[in-house]
Amino acid sequence: MKKLVVVGNGMAGVACVEQILQYRQDFDITIFGDETHVNYNRILLSMVLAGEKSAEDIVINDVDWYQKNNIRARLGVRVEQIDRARRVTIDGEGEETAFDKLILATGSSAFIPPIPGADKKNVHVFRTLDDARELVAKAGHGCKAVVIGGGLLGLEAARGLQLRGCAVTVVHLMETLMERQLDASGGSFLRKKIESLGIRVLLPKQTQALLGNGRVDGLRFASGEEIEADLVVIAAGIKPNVELGKKAGLEVRRGIVVNDYMETSDPNIFAVGECTEHRGQIFGLVAPLMEQGKVLAAAISGQPGPVFAGAAPAAKLKIMGVDIFSAGSIDESEPRVETVRYEDSALGIYKKLFLKDNRLRGVILVGDASDERRYLQWLRDETDLTSHRSQLLFPPPGLDTGLEVAEKPDSEVICGCNGVNKGAIIQAIHTHGITTLSQLKQHTRASTGCGSCTGLCQQLLRAVAPEFQEETRTTLCSCVPFSFEQLREIVRSQKLKSVQEVLNVYGNRKGCEVCKPALSYLLDMIWCGGHDEDRSARFINDRVHANIQKDGTFSVIPRMRGGVTTPDELRRIADVADRYKVRMVKVTGSQRIDLLGVKKADLPKVWADLGMPSGQAYTKGVRMVKTCVGTEFCRFGVQDSTRAGIELERRLENLFTPHKVKMGAVGCPRNCAEATVKDIGLVGQEGSWQVVVGGAAGKSVRKADLLITVETTAQALEACELFFQYYRESANYLERSYDFVERLGIETIRKETVYAPEAEKQKLLDRLQRSKAMAKDAWLERDSPVHPTQFVPIEAIGRMEPVEAQ
Amino acid sequence: MPGPNWTPITKTENIPPFEGRSVQIGGMELAIFNLGDRFATIENRCPHSGGPLCDGIVSGTAVVCPLHGWRFDLNTGLAIRASSPACVATFPTRVEGEIVLVDVGQGSRIEPEEAAA
Repeated sequence: MKKLVVVGNGMAGVACVEQILQYRQDFDITIFGDETHVNYNRILLSMVLAGEKSAEDIVINDVDWYQKNNIRARLGVRVEQIDRARRVTIDGEGEETAFDKLILATGSSAFIPPIPGADKKNVHVFRTLDDARELVAKAGHGCKAVVIGGGLLGLEAARGLQLRGCAVTVVHLMETLMERQLDASGGSFLRKKIESLGIRVLLPKQTQALLGNGRVDGLRFASGEEIEADLVVIAAGIKPNVELGKKAGLEVRRGIVVNDYMETSDPNIFAVGECTEHRGQIFGLVAPLMEQGKVLAAAISGQPGPVFAGAAPAAKLKIMGVDIFSAGSIDESEPRVETVRYEDSALGIYKKLFLKDNRLRGVILVGDASDERRYLQWLRDETDLTSHRSQLLFPPPGLDTGLEVAEKPDSEVICGCNGVNKGAIIQAIHTHGITTLSQLKQHTRASTGCGSCTGLCQQLLRAVAPEFQEETRTTLCSCVPFSFEQLREIVRSQKLKSVQEVLNVYGNRKGCEVCKPALSYLLDMIWCGGHDEDRSARFINDRVHANIQKDGTFSVIPRMRGGVTTPDELRRIADVADRYKVRMVKVTGSQRIDLLGVKKADLPKVWADLGMPSGQAYTKGVRMVKTCVGTEFCRFGVQDSTRAGIELERRLENLFTPHKVKMGAVGCPRNCAEATVKDIGLVGQEGSWQVVVGGAAGKSVRKADLLITVETTAQALEACELFFQYYRESANYLERSYDFVERLGIETIRKETVYAPEAEKQKLLDRLQRSKAMAKDAWLERDSPVHPTQFVPIEAIGRMEPVEAQ
Repeated sequence: MPGPNWTPITKTENIPPFEGRSVQIGGMELAIFNLGDRFATIENRCPHSGGPLCDGIVSGTAVVCPLHGWRFDLNTGLAIRASSPACVATFPTRVEGEIVLVDVGQGSRIEPEEAAA
């Protein structure tokens, strides 16, 4: 068996080993890694820093993978020397490991400019999982963090630290942020965007010294100006790790020099990844490194075929809501280079293409990077753009979107972050019967990284899955151009607590009557009632807890659990109706009583006099549980539906939902309270309950689907709670349960609720309980209004002086 | 045309940011809005079906009627989104110290062009 040693346990090295395993299994493989972690996705480190992903989330190859493939992993061990004559590596412990073939995948490390004081405490670099963890431990509210370096990594680190609560300043040496990828205009668009996130940007600023006695407490610039800092992150660039190669006598310039087959100057030694230099170029982005791995794998396996021909540099900023993409050469001064620009400063969109001889040379996209793949393809293929000249900045309508993906070989990596190739995706689609993008994400993890392959994954689904369902990627509204699903992720991961915060960071700052109530719901649901409530973002009904009528008066429906009332309550209702001259008293279809025509100013008094809680008839929330008289009086009843319904209403009342939730409980299959056309229904049978969901008898009429049949009332109520919370967390705003059930399918809903693992069920119930603990009867605001003029009109201080007749 | 006649209406704190409140004055019902950095006043009646505009959601410098979603620019009073061209009267509004003042006699109305035509 031939011995293969790989020095470097990072993305490039391990991806290359994965490729080698596809060719042949007969290598005896050892991988050295000086980090103690299994191979993780370094691209996503900024998401770990930001708290959007955990360390576990970014693992690419877990321990099982190494074992399954008989790979010896030597983690936390650094190779110090290569003895080429004897073909052994010597590690830090002095131990020798023999090899027939060696792969250097040593990557790169942070470049630390020679600034006095860079060795002080709390001065960090941001390159490894351990770096990220240390930063997370030190970052927090009140911490003043300074990031030196306004490049890709510096900006991502800055945003991450900010999301951890730090007040962040980015200090950059040059006039423009990301100046290697952007021109001056693009840089100023980016700067505006970064500043609008609340990050301070100082440039051009040369850091002269890091100040502090042992521990850093500030920075001094060449201008003499000083700023405070509790934490400093140096993100001034990377340098390839070439020392090992150099010591071994391999040809090294900026990187370890490799040919088109990724061989170094020693035919038994290969190199891959950020440590290499190919045709004078070094690489820092994932796609070309994956390409290198494939070429290397073929060559080392004795089947050299493909060659590495280099790649255009490409960079994408991974800060949610800040789309930045740049690729190719953006040098305008080159002869014959022409530029094409598009600029919309209100929307923060800037696009610029660099063309030479009708071929794309470079591209800058700010604010809208949705076309990046098209441009990358043009760059790679050096497409003649003569016929596209009038549509360079926007895709032509009616493009054959399937073509791009059809032309790819099965082995081509679609998702660079997770290393998923086209073949694997197609196989997963067939094996698991995948029809949606979210299912594809679940099964293959494709497009769960930076997300830039989402479009391709969808194209694949469209081409391969017979029943592909385009997920409605409709944005919530033009104020916040994200889908509700994305917003759920944004709010959760960015820990946003108020509507205005979401609008400020991800929207147009203004909001409207569509997005404000939707965001209000989302925040309340995600933070289980622990959000910052903003009544100005609520519809009037949710400001005054009553339903506005066509004449501007309100309707009042008190809660009457299970539709059961008492003579006492009825007397109070009658008295209120008289006292406040209620224009109509109406029995509703929900077994409740509606008092119509109440003036806003009278609402608090009406509620007080009723002495009953809010029936939430004015809001997207829990309406009622309609019941029949069950076993208590009915000759046919076999379950105590009245009591079960009242208990169900009690458990869920005062909570908010994506759309209204109407429920029913019936004591026998005669279904007198119409439980089978309710959002949630309990249908009593001899010795069991059927729990049904997704019924409707309004604009749509739909018989509810059976969720589960259970023996006891306690089980039935728990099933209702599981579905209720799942609907709260997973439905789009204004999506009724019947649309939700149809969209997901009852099978999926069962799997996610009643058939979910116990631990998952418990989590759903816990979140429901947390929300419930924060939920209050809204009508108690009669005694403690959120604002003194919540219900009362303003009394003018002055009188209008009589105006002379005109 | 009479000169300015600023009437003190209420303390600024009585109208929370990005909400509106109604006030009866000079035989009219007005809706005053707190736009964060200033206040604006319009008549409190949607020309469509009489909806109370003070109860609408504020979107930038516009308000959306709570009944059927007609949207009015608070600067001009013109309907931005409505099933037919429409407008409401606007009133000069300013803040002095902590008091909101409205020039109630200076209500003005820009008739939409289509209506005039």
